[in-house]
Amino acid sequence: MILEILGEGIIKMTELLKIENLYVKIDEKEILHGLNLQINSGEVHAVMGRNGSGKSTFSNTLMGHPAYKISSGQISFDKKAINDLKPNDRAKLGLFLGFQYPLSIPGVTVANFLRQANKALKGDSVSPRDFRKLLYEKMDDLEIEHAFATRYVNDGFSGGEKKRMEILQMAMLEPRLAILDEPDSGLDIDSLKLVAESINKYKQKNPLVAILLVTHYQRILDYIKPDKVHVFIDGNIVESGGPELALELEKKGYDWLTGKEAIKA
Amino acid sequence: MALELNNEYQYGFHDSEENYAFKSTRGLTKEIVLSISKMKNEPKWMTEFRLKALEIFYKKPMPKWGNTGLLAEIDFENIFYYVKSSEKQEKNWEDVPKEIKNTFDRLGIPEAERKFLAGVSAQYESEVVYHSLREDLKKLGVLFLDMDSGLREHPEIVKKYFATIIPSEDNKFAALNSAVWSGGSFIYVPPNTNVEIPLQAYFRINTENMGQFERTLIIADEGSSVHYIEGCTAPTYSSDSLHSAVVELIALKNAKIRYTTIQNWSKNVYNLVTKRAVAHEGAVVEWLDGNMGSKLTMKYPSIYLVGERAHGEVVSVALASGSDQHQDAGAKIVHAAPNTTSVITSKSISRNGGRATYRGLLKVHKGAFNVKSTVKCDALMLDEKSRSDTYPTMEIDEKGVQIEHEATVSKIEDEKLFYLMSRGLSEEQAKLMIVNGFMEPFVKELPMEYAVELNRLIELEMEGAVG
Ligand SMILES: Nc1ncnc2c1ncn2[C@@H]1O[C@H](COP(=O)(O)OP(=O)(O)O)[C@@H](O)[C@H]1O
Ligand SMILES: [Mg+2]
Repeated sequence: MILEILGEGIIKMTELLKIENLYVKIDEKEILHGLNLQINSGEVHAVMGRNGSGKSTFSNTLMGHPAYKISSGQISFDKKAINDLKPNDRAKLGLFLGFQYPLSIPGVTVANFLRQANKALKGDSVSPRDFRKLLYEKMDDLEIEHAFATRYVNDGFSGGEKKRMEILQMAMLEPRLAILDEPDSGLDIDSLKLVAESINKYKQKNPLVAILLVTHYQRILDYIKPDKVHVFIDGNIVESGGPELALELEKKGYDWLTGKEAIKA
Repeated sequence: MALELNNEYQYGFHDSEENYAFKSTRGLTKEIVLSISKMKNEPKWMTEFRLKALEIFYKKPMPKWGNTGLLAEIDFENIFYYVKSSEKQEKNWEDVPKEIKNTFDRLGIPEAERKFLAGVSAQYESEVVYHSLREDLKKLGVLFLDMDSGLREHPEIVKKYFATIIPSEDNKFAALNSAVWSGGSFIYVPPNTNVEIPLQAYFRINTENMGQFERTLIIADEGSSVHYIEGCTAPTYSSDSLHSAVVELIALKNAKIRYTTIQNWSKNVYNLVTKRAVAHEGAVVEWLDGNMGSKLTMKYPSIYLVGERAHGEVVSVALASGSDQHQDAGAKIVHAAPNTTSVITSKSISRNGGRATYRGLLKVHKGAFNVKSTVKCDALMLDEKSRSDTYPTMEIDEKGVQIEHEATVSKIEDEKLFYLMSRGLSEEQAKLMIVNGFMEPFVKELPMEYAVELNRLIELEMEGAVG
């Protein structure tokens, strides 16, 4: 067991994800320069930073994108190194990545896609009927029309629809660590609220789930309260703090942190 | 990310030929043509038609396009042109010779018939060995026979339409078929009669170096409709067999014909088929053509829209798998009347060195006003070794026609694989999902049972697709 419930809703947090001294390259260009971070089960971490600071590189690397090569350092999940695992094996351990730019899969319906993903992750335990019922419930939460179940995955979806679809996938696949890469970008305020509420709902139902929320706006953090906030600059975390750090960034921008030393393990 | 070819062609088994009723010698002579006609007890006009076609076949050069290299390798002298596996045709599966029945059992035909077909024809080598049609359709006057019986029992209809759409002169293989044809289906649907459940024919080659030359003629009379489905398989042999069919469809005023093919030949079969339809006023013809297997397929279902408001549609998919396979397929639509419309949707997948070619012709005759046509060709290549070519031709002799044309060639993007794998799918499952999605426009048009079967075949073909 990775946690003990100590009665009265007090939960002893246990290490879920640990990143030590992580260096990552793409096409021989180093993007991440020695990152350190620990996320315990049940925690919500926000990662903030300007465009191009390496947030997506970080997210993709955690999920095992083959183009992002780890030159040194270690990623552990449940205290086991996962550096060499394929994305599907990471998904089976409980990692999930909500994509900043979700891809379309023409000819494959949302329902079929989710059913097959569900089967791959959890085995074939649910009947098609129960699965559909569950899917509709989660769609309702996100105010996604049921007709989307028979549309092709992200094919012709608007930016906002794609983002909601990522959260729907999270809710259906039930990861233990949800890495959400800018789930808020391109959303109007109503959609943003829906997305945030869905994330919260999932979190409330599954208090041990950890969330790594990547964003460059403070706004979504009004709805989803982070335990920790980390600031990314040039492929490093240069500052970490509580929710107040996000507010400070909102006021002061990122400039005051530029040139700061990376936080060491 | 190389794909491993799944070499196991599941229909590659073959049966003993011990109890065959007749097997011609190898090679093609006038004597063989005469003896086929004699054994079938044909009217004189048909014997003469055959002999004339044989002359044309001898004279005609091989096609100068397509895969001329592979075509040149066909050894016409090495082929058995007529093989009769059984003396007679049966109406009960129990009466079909045991070995042959076993084969069709393994192919699932009797079961499919029980479940969802209105009529079944099963051809084994040159002759149809089993045939059935539901009583209610018989009562309505629907004719569904093998072509030989059609000629015997309804000579007036056959003579009126036979070879009117595809004359022997059309091409070398149409001439060959005309000379030695045997089996195939004959269908006539009376006016205003709708055959709602599909009729199916199944073609099986068993003998090595066999030539199968079935001949199909479908006439949908005014205001009627019919859906015909054909499936094909053959055993795997080291030397080649030849399948060269001729299929003619006639949709009279306001009639509708849908013709679905799911071929899955073994890799030693040359599949060189001529398929053509004529759609009269207000008629609709649809070819759904699924090409898997074979060594070389050359097939371009055609539709001549000769009456006003006729509509033609060709949806084809081809899966070319392995460096010893070439799918050269496509469509041909001729708009010869005003207000006619057409849609061509072609999807090809090439993998593991396979080669897929789309060859299409869209022709609009002078005087065919207000024509609308959409042509969409998509090719998906699964690796660098594979090849895909597109040759769309348009001959437009009228102004103001509305034509949309779109062609894409794509690869499975790593980003897409990553997306699907991040959801728990293995690389193999992810590729299969993308391929199935790509095929979806074809598959969704099929009756459910066939859609399931096709997906299963694709899955088998893709098995071991690990990178
Ligand atoms: N696939 C890629 N190929 C080349 N460079 C990349 C690729 N992905 C990211 N980069 C580079 O890495 C840096 C960080 O990008 P990214 O991780 O997308 O930042 P963020 O998500 O914070 O906007 C940028 O300089 C970007 O150009
Ligand atoms: Mg990003």
